[in-house]
Amino acid sequence: MISKFISGFFRHIDSVLLACILFAMMVGLLVLYSASGQQFSRVSAQMINMAVALAVMWGVANVQPQLIERIAIPAYLVGVLLLIAVSLFGDISHGARRWLNIGITKIQPSELLKLAVPIMLAWYFSKRESNLTAIDFLIAAVMLAIPVLLIMKQPDLGTAMLVTASGFYVIFLAGLSWRFILGGLALAGALSPVFWSLLHDYQRRRIEILIDPTQDPLGSGYHIIQSTIAIGSGGVTGKGWLNGTQTQLDFLPERTTDFIFAVFGEEFGLIGNILLLILFAIIIARGFVIASQAKSTFSRLLAGSISMTFFTYCFVNMGMVSGILPVVGVPLPLISYGGTSMLTLGLGFGLLMSIQTHKKLVATG
Amino acid sequence: MAYSTELRNHQNEQHNFKVRLTIAAIIAFVVFCALGLRFYYLQVKRHDYYHTLAESNRISIVPISPNRGLILDRNGAVLAHNFFVYTLEVTPSKISHLDTTIADLAQLVEISGIDLKRFKKLKSQSHSFESIPIRTHLNEIEAAKFAVNRYRFPGVELKSRLYRHYPQGQLGTHAVGYISRINERDLAQLKEDNVISNYKGTDHIGKGGVEQAFERELHGITGFQQVEIDADGKAVRVLSSAAPTSGNNIVLSIDAKLQAIAEKAFGDRRGSLVAIQPNTGEVLGFVSMPSFDPNLFVDGIDYDNWNALNNSIDKPLINRALKGIYPPGSTFKPFVALAGLEAGKREPPFSIQDAGYFTLPNSRHRYRDWKPSGHGSVDMRKAITISCDTFFYGLAMELGIDRLTDFVRHFGFGQKTGLDIHGEVSGLLPTPDWKKRRFKQPWYMGETVIVGIGQGYTLVTPLQLAYATATLANQGTAIRPHIVNAVVNSKTHVVTPIPLTILDKLDLKMQNLEIVKAGMVDVTLPGGTAASVGANAGYSIAAKTGTAQVIGIKQNERYNEKSINERHRDHALFIAYAPAEAPTIALAVIVENGGHGGSAAGPIARKVMDYFLLGKMPAEEVAPNNVKTPPNTLLPNGATPPTLNAEEEHYD
Repeated sequence: MISKFISGFFRHIDSVLLACILFAMMVGLLVLYSASGQQFSRVSAQMINMAVALAVMWGVANVQPQLIERIAIPAYLVGVLLLIAVSLFGDISHGARRWLNIGITKIQPSELLKLAVPIMLAWYFSKRESNLTAIDFLIAAVMLAIPVLLIMKQPDLGTAMLVTASGFYVIFLAGLSWRFILGGLALAGALSPVFWSLLHDYQRRRIEILIDPTQDPLGSGYHIIQSTIAIGSGGVTGKGWLNGTQTQLDFLPERTTDFIFAVFGEEFGLIGNILLLILFAIIIARGFVIASQAKSTFSRLLAGSISMTFFTYCFVNMGMVSGILPVVGVPLPLISYGGTSMLTLGLGFGLLMSIQTHKKLVATG
Repeated sequence: MAYSTELRNHQNEQHNFKVRLTIAAIIAFVVFCALGLRFYYLQVKRHDYYHTLAESNRISIVPISPNRGLILDRNGAVLAHNFFVYTLEVTPSKISHLDTTIADLAQLVEISGIDLKRFKKLKSQSHSFESIPIRTHLNEIEAAKFAVNRYRFPGVELKSRLYRHYPQGQLGTHAVGYISRINERDLAQLKEDNVISNYKGTDHIGKGGVEQAFERELHGITGFQQVEIDADGKAVRVLSSAAPTSGNNIVLSIDAKLQAIAEKAFGDRRGSLVAIQPNTGEVLGFVSMPSFDPNLFVDGIDYDNWNALNNSIDKPLINRALKGIYPPGSTFKPFVALAGLEAGKREPPFSIQDAGYFTLPNSRHRYRDWKPSGHGSVDMRKAITISCDTFFYGLAMELGIDRLTDFVRHFGFGQKTGLDIHGEVSGLLPTPDWKKRRFKQPWYMGETVIVGIGQGYTLVTPLQLAYATATLANQGTAIRPHIVNAVVNSKTHVVTPIPLTILDKLDLKMQNLEIVKAGMVDVTLPGGTAASVGANAGYSIAAKTGTAQVIGIKQNERYNEKSINERHRDHALFIAYAPAEAPTIALAVIVENGGHGGSAAGPIARKVMDYFLLGKMPAEEVAPNNVKTPPNTLLPNGATPPTLNAEEEHYD
């Protein structure tokens, strides 16, 4: 009876993913405890975030992919409308307009688009399935560009980039011709001066500082200088949990959120870093397996895009903290402190599990 | 067949998808390997380097503050610059007995009571680990004396700092502004604006005038030295450094000589003058009297000086040109005249018979002219010249308040001009809507009547009045006034001029403009209200005098200048542009409690125009002494409340 209930409860949960996620979350809590200066309050708050994310994941995993397909258009439209609302009446903080006050709480609609955009595009390509033409890719590009431009205007370069990536992965996996991809890359190269001129001063500055962090050691260059010192000083074996001097002596800024990986690298060293990379790689690989086994075009594209977006998160954050990418404000998935990103991750993993565990039904149906 | 094609397509598509997925996986794998290599590089290859850095995170970053940009007048005269001075600075947290240390210091170098007071004030506003100046401007001997005895004073340092200096003292302070120490509010604002990192090492920030409005340009980019420090916090060696970039220089449109002539012409009277070049919007002179010496604020102003400035009944800290609001009085009439002519009213040969008063239909209330016996036959041109109230009462009533205000609003009344320094107020152009909102009362016809002569609720700033006059001189084309002419990049020396912005363009009939101009030119000719101002000028001046009353005069009461308290005397107003046929300067002058516009404000304007148009410096003369500050007055000046019950006026 009980075992039946348990097996029913876990019916739509992918055990490989769940094991990796739980393991990463444990690591995350340990690092957070150290990074927050051994404050249990931060850790318990993060545990609540994680519990919520896991619950959302379970809920979404139990939803059939067909149902998700059906909400593709409404989710996309609501997301875009909320973005427009933000640009009209959003709250301004730190010079950017990202939050929408809906009375009870503030929401950040751009976060929603990270999933709404790939769902929408996957739905579109699955509808057009076998008769894809260049026009379809153009339409997809426009559907992608609308929310991205709205997010860039806020301005929130980090999120705009992630939404672009999640949409682009769908387009890429749907079979966009190599000619367009290479041509697009060439065009992007040619247009980069134009893009440069569209960037806000602070965004340009961040890229300049990446190239030479010593340019602004008082401001954002300070982050990169201190985080590379933290990682580098960790050595092969690390300084040990709670023993990172950079961390404990307050030299590292934002060390519980975007720069938490520097704490990890300092305390657990190269060995820890490689193991964490492998853990993330397993999650990504599992996502790819789910995508390749998926039975419908929609599921395939969505699973592939989610896996690649997760990969992008990992790469951009670790690259930024170790000083090879600009500081764009992307958290390290499953490790960084924060409720919103945890929730988005829960949704994403839920979608993957739903795709994986409902495919028999699809095959028979 | 169809089915098999679809199936093949489907298989095809699945195959394509797997190829793409494999490519994605390879890319992800390669990128992760790259990250792994980066970690290897940081944590193995460069481990020793980073280990040392972390061990003694002991890299200190020392900001080097940039030189603040200069402020120059239109001809290159320096209004604000920097120079090095020695300062003696104390870090309270490093000293156990502050009072004895200060007493010992005072044996070595002079520390005055003012120095001490300022130090205490700064100390209360700063963190204890901040270094606070106790004495500034040490001379070489004092600096040397301290240097020899330095060992006796741990926690006290001799520093060489750049100081802001305003070589012209109080000249044009309200335009140039001043700098003072950064306070909590400034800090919060800098954080909000995301520029806080550029202010590490900067103690001062612009307050008021160009110093404030162009802070970003003037400040420059902070340089730094990345130094390795030992356990005591002393620099061992410099690891890297970047030189600061000086702030940009600002060239004003203000002419320092014109400014000086105008300020001197005011003597010890209070008031304001704004002179504008009509076709460019360049502000040539920006006077608010009395002024104050901005140098007082650079060190952190001491208590006594601050109290003296802040509590003075003359309110020198108030920027009258921007914030002083006055009834325009008769200087409003040319604009009302133009409103009438453009509406097709009062076109020549129309004239009235002025008996010395105006009455509304079905009312026995008399709106009196300033000349009780009346002016006889008066047409539009003469009405302006002799400032006939009766003529404008009737015109205003016939136009109606909405048509009147809608027209003059094009000249900037009731709204900010958009001058490039902060703090401007918008004055007031009353409308029935406004009155309903403000007082929840209906608008009365009588209120329209007195708006015709610039009375009632109408309020203007000197800047607005000058801007309106410049717009009139420019035949209806309103150009945004600006005090800054150009920004000169400190590195490249590239001069970026401030672009000319047209704010409004009225399509006016030439013959109407000519009538108003003719009336205004006659003002400065014999028979006009400011005949003495135009005497022997050598160029033609289009002008209008005005008087704004400070206290209400009751019906059947007479205004007697001699018997009235000086601070209750009327404000004198004067607007002019010259040469009348091709104006290059337009100005507005207000002398508070000055009496009559023609005699009190006009001569100031004349001196300014003589200098600007003829290059003539005013002859040395004894300052007018008809105005002495009486000690006991209560009425705040600067902003004079409009007299709400004034229905009957005494005017020029």
